[in-house]
Amino acid sequence: MNVSRRWLERFLRQPLDAQDISVRLAAQGAAVDGIEPLNAGLGDIRVALVEEVRQHPNADRLRVCSVNDGGAERRQVVCGAPNVTAGRKYPFAPVGATVPVGKGGAPMRIERAKLRGELSEGMLCSARELGVGVDADGLWELDTAAAPGTPLLEALPLDDDRIVVDVTPNRPDLLGHKGIARELAASLNLPYRLPPLGGATLAPDVAPVQRATGAREALTGPLRIAIDDPEGCARFHAAVVRGVKVGPSPAWLRQPLEAVGVRSINNIVDATNYVMLELGQPMHAYDLATLKGPALVARRATPGETLVTLDGVERALDAETTVIADAARVVGIGGIMGGAETEVRDTTTDLALEAAWFEPARIRRARRALGLSTEASYRFERGVDRWNGTEAMRRCIEIILLTAGGTVDGSPVDLHPVAANPPRIFLRLARVGQVLGLDLGQHEVERCLVAIGATVVAKPDDARLAVDVPGWRPDLTAEIDLVEEVARMHGYDRVPTELRPFRVGTLPDAPAVAVKDRIRRGLVTEGLAEVVSLPFTAADGEASVALLNPLADTGASLRRRLLPTLVRHAERNWNNHVRDVRLFEIGTVFERGAPGQRPVEQLRLGLVLTGAREPAHWTTDPAPDVDAWDLKGLAGVAAALAHPGATWHVEGDHFMARLKDGRTVGWAGRLDADTPPWGGALFGVEIEVTDGARPPVLVEALPTTPAVERDLSLVVPDGVASIAAAQVIRGAAGDLLEAVRVTAEYRGAALGEDRRSVTFRLTFRAPDRTLRDADVDAIEVRVLGALERELGLGRRGT
Amino acid sequence: MADTTGYPELDSLLPRVAALASLDHAALEREEIALVGRKAGEITAALKTLATRPPDERRAFGAAVNALKLRAEAAIATRRAELDQVRANAERRSVDLTMPARRRWVGAVHPVSAVIDEIAEIFRGLGFAIALGPEVETDWYNFLALNFPADHPAMDLHDTLYLDLPPAVGEQGAGRLLLRTHTSPVQIRVMHASEPPIRVIMPGMVYRSDAFDPSHAPAFEQVEGLAIDEGVSFVDLKATLTHFARRFFSPSTAVRFRPSFFPFTEPSAEMDVECQLCHGSGCGACKGTGWMEILGCGMVHPRVLEQGGIDPERFTGFAFGMGPARIAMLRHGVPDIRLLYEGDMRFLSQFTLTSLPASDAP
Repeated sequence: MNVSRRWLERFLRQPLDAQDISVRLAAQGAAVDGIEPLNAGLGDIRVALVEEVRQHPNADRLRVCSVNDGGAERRQVVCGAPNVTAGRKYPFAPVGATVPVGKGGAPMRIERAKLRGELSEGMLCSARELGVGVDADGLWELDTAAAPGTPLLEALPLDDDRIVVDVTPNRPDLLGHKGIARELAASLNLPYRLPPLGGATLAPDVAPVQRATGAREALTGPLRIAIDDPEGCARFHAAVVRGVKVGPSPAWLRQPLEAVGVRSINNIVDATNYVMLELGQPMHAYDLATLKGPALVARRATPGETLVTLDGVERALDAETTVIADAARVVGIGGIMGGAETEVRDTTTDLALEAAWFEPARIRRARRALGLSTEASYRFERGVDRWNGTEAMRRCIEIILLTAGGTVDGSPVDLHPVAANPPRIFLRLARVGQVLGLDLGQHEVERCLVAIGATVVAKPDDARLAVDVPGWRPDLTAEIDLVEEVARMHGYDRVPTELRPFRVGTLPDAPAVAVKDRIRRGLVTEGLAEVVSLPFTAADGEASVALLNPLADTGASLRRRLLPTLVRHAERNWNNHVRDVRLFEIGTVFERGAPGQRPVEQLRLGLVLTGAREPAHWTTDPAPDVDAWDLKGLAGVAAALAHPGATWHVEGDHFMARLKDGRTVGWAGRLDADTPPWGGALFGVEIEVTDGARPPVLVEALPTTPAVERDLSLVVPDGVASIAAAQVIRGAAGDLLEAVRVTAEYRGAALGEDRRSVTFRLTFRAPDRTLRDADVDAIEVRVLGALERELGLGRRGT
Repeated sequence: MADTTGYPELDSLLPRVAALASLDHAALEREEIALVGRKAGEITAALKTLATRPPDERRAFGAAVNALKLRAEAAIATRRAELDQVRANAERRSVDLTMPARRRWVGAVHPVSAVIDEIAEIFRGLGFAIALGPEVETDWYNFLALNFPADHPAMDLHDTLYLDLPPAVGEQGAGRLLLRTHTSPVQIRVMHASEPPIRVIMPGMVYRSDAFDPSHAPAFEQVEGLAIDEGVSFVDLKATLTHFARRFFSPSTAVRFRPSFFPFTEPSAEMDVECQLCHGSGCGACKGTGWMEILGCGMVHPRVLEQGGIDPERFTGFAFGMGPARIAMLRHGVPDIRLLYEGDMRFLSQFTLTSLPASDAP
């Protein structure tokens, strides 16, 4: 909502400061998004009186004027405007001043100059040159009593601030200047009053509004008003004004609209917009001559009906939409937009005016169905004051009579089929204390409620207040709403900031919290960087969950796997000429559930790595790249962190993590990617994360006896896995074998093709004594025997 | 004692033994072979003449030769140690220690995770635990249970991503499936799962139908908080969150609470903290206001307590929600939110705990 500082000043009848307004509104819940000073460039411009005008001796189209700019001397100014007239006042830019809109649109500095031989000391200005209007036909004739030399900004209400207020959806009352003024008045402890209209010393005499409460139809002048859809349109004010002259608006009507960014159209349209921006009540004016009947009927549209709206678009209507119809056809979509055929034109002389109240949910439904959001629909769907139509209608008629002439035909009418009052809410003082945590006392509670416009009646018997909420606050429907109003008007900053005793919560941490934390710490230790990705991808098989309304630039489905996105990250890094990529992600994947069920969500750990195994260093440059053994190591780390109990199994060229029951929970291997020629192999791991408790580490006793090591170099034909040999070694060696590890693999001509030598280092230890060579020799014989028997393996060189 | 062995043929070797102390490495090697070498050493050779000596001289001569041999060997060992020391010193002096260091890859915690951890740590100290909830929700959990009236303009603030699936049926809170637009539905789940006193924070990803641009992301993190008990009031809300802000930013950080609107809290508030860049004087980051919006909060709406199965007359509570991604951006001066979600190593590797100072970088 754009707000004009000057407009607010007229309500509060005192000068205001935009910054101060901003602070006060924010403290009461209406944040200010920005302040834009208007016409700030007019500081140099003064009011000047043209005292004499004579023809320029050397140019037919120029005149030479003697100008009184408040100084002792008269200034000679050469002027080309046809309307310059002696005895009139105009805006004057003296030498050295800057005019905001010069030739070509840029600001222009005024210099002393000779025009066709005549000296010119300054410039008389048009409204367009000052950036305050589009009317460039001639000089801007000022209608002001200000003395020559008065700064223009003092003489006319031109300097202003446009304050952009961020109005929350619960506060429709702040969608008009009156509502904002009401909040400021409460903050400043000042009265506020609907200001007199510009240019009018006395408001025109408008016939009183005739109430038609409980009725479904009424007449105003010749116009029949009816409500056939009271759920959609609960109240309808209407009036007929005849003999108007449609034309441009005077400055007092135009300027406030322009100050809040609304373009001036003509005096009639401007009058309806002015009332909406001032009081928050959307209005509509019809050309009476185009209404059949003449009648205005609020009813549901019949399916198949259409309307060409003001914007020239033909709209199909449905039965949930409330429309305004005349005796023959739809002439407006209630609360959203009027029809093109019945709009006010330059030639219109007779008007039908509407100020209605439409049901918020119906308006919201209709504007979404139509894809048509307007200033009117924005207000109606949030809730317009149902009890303010009379003031709005009178205000609108007054503006029209002042600016377009004409007379009201008959009495304006207020058709209100089902009378209702704003609700009464009971507020317990104890409840205020319970929620706010402080005892404000009845007097302060009442003060706060009166400040928002409520009527308060104390019920001393039961410590309750009966609160009649004002019509402009449809958001106040329950006791808690009043507690908030009390807190707001008392001031949030006056609530103490004191840590009071509390009871600790009973719920323990979600199990996944500790697991995620452990994974994160574990993989950071492994030198990987954590990444968070958007979980959107292209569809990934039947089980993918698609979005109904996907975003244009991201995928249309939810990810089923982490690795595809991590591969994209690696590729993006390659595109940035980054060769070493080490990333991990802990994130949710989604899969379709049974019909009628939620999708299955699962927490996964994914990681990718490519590039050098260690950062580049001059002693080993280039450093070797990561390979399958780095992958295998990290896969083990990932399983230990994310899914203890899962073990990796070689399957073709990759690894699968399986549980004891055979269920697969992870994958590790080399990934296909769009790798540049200089890029390394890309490896990845993805594994389910389980919540299961991680049992604490149980410490093994430290050895007290020395170990004995033996190396066994075996000749292993291709097709026999080293792990098979290790298993046989373990089986045959018995309890004294502490560890087996591979120390070397060798292939060479000496061994022959299709075979390799693998060296195992066996560590033996007896817990209670020092082993002798003879003990180990015996075991070695047993092990070699078993290797020969079970796998046909023998020692190298024997 | 005059330096003599008593045997002229041995005495002639004495100057050479004495000279050992000033030989260089190569000469020392040569003299070692020449004096005590097993095959051609002169002292060794003298020892071999023992058999040719008269038997009564053998004992004394043998002792003299052996003494000379020990003396020579000791001198050689001493000199060798000396020379080794000199060489080691020289080698040490020749290493250029300004050459670049050797490093291992250093991992990094995502900056938003780090902020969430820090927030969690502060609230743990205030008796809060951590709860989690699903990212796919029904419209009941995401909106209706949180007192969003059906089809209300308040929903326009949450541009929702819906799933292309039939509505979930046969569970509590059945309804249309969507990606949660905030972590607030976890409040309802916590209320259903436990009894007051409740004190939890609820971090997680949330989703909005926003274009992915420098200041918006369609998925981002949120941290929700909830405290419910008898006697929990707006004073507790202000005090708890002010304490948090001062712990998280700095003990002197100015804090203010402004009225705001959320359907699921009343009274509702927005908490601002003093702009961490300009400290209140107004700058580009705070749009000249001197304040930064950090979190939304309020007293849990009675209708939300009811939906959670908690008696709103007996219990009251406060709730809050904040965006750790935005906080991380402010804290680290991240200019574009997309950097947080695109896996750029150049960005992420800046968040290691052990970045080297520039002087040590190669």
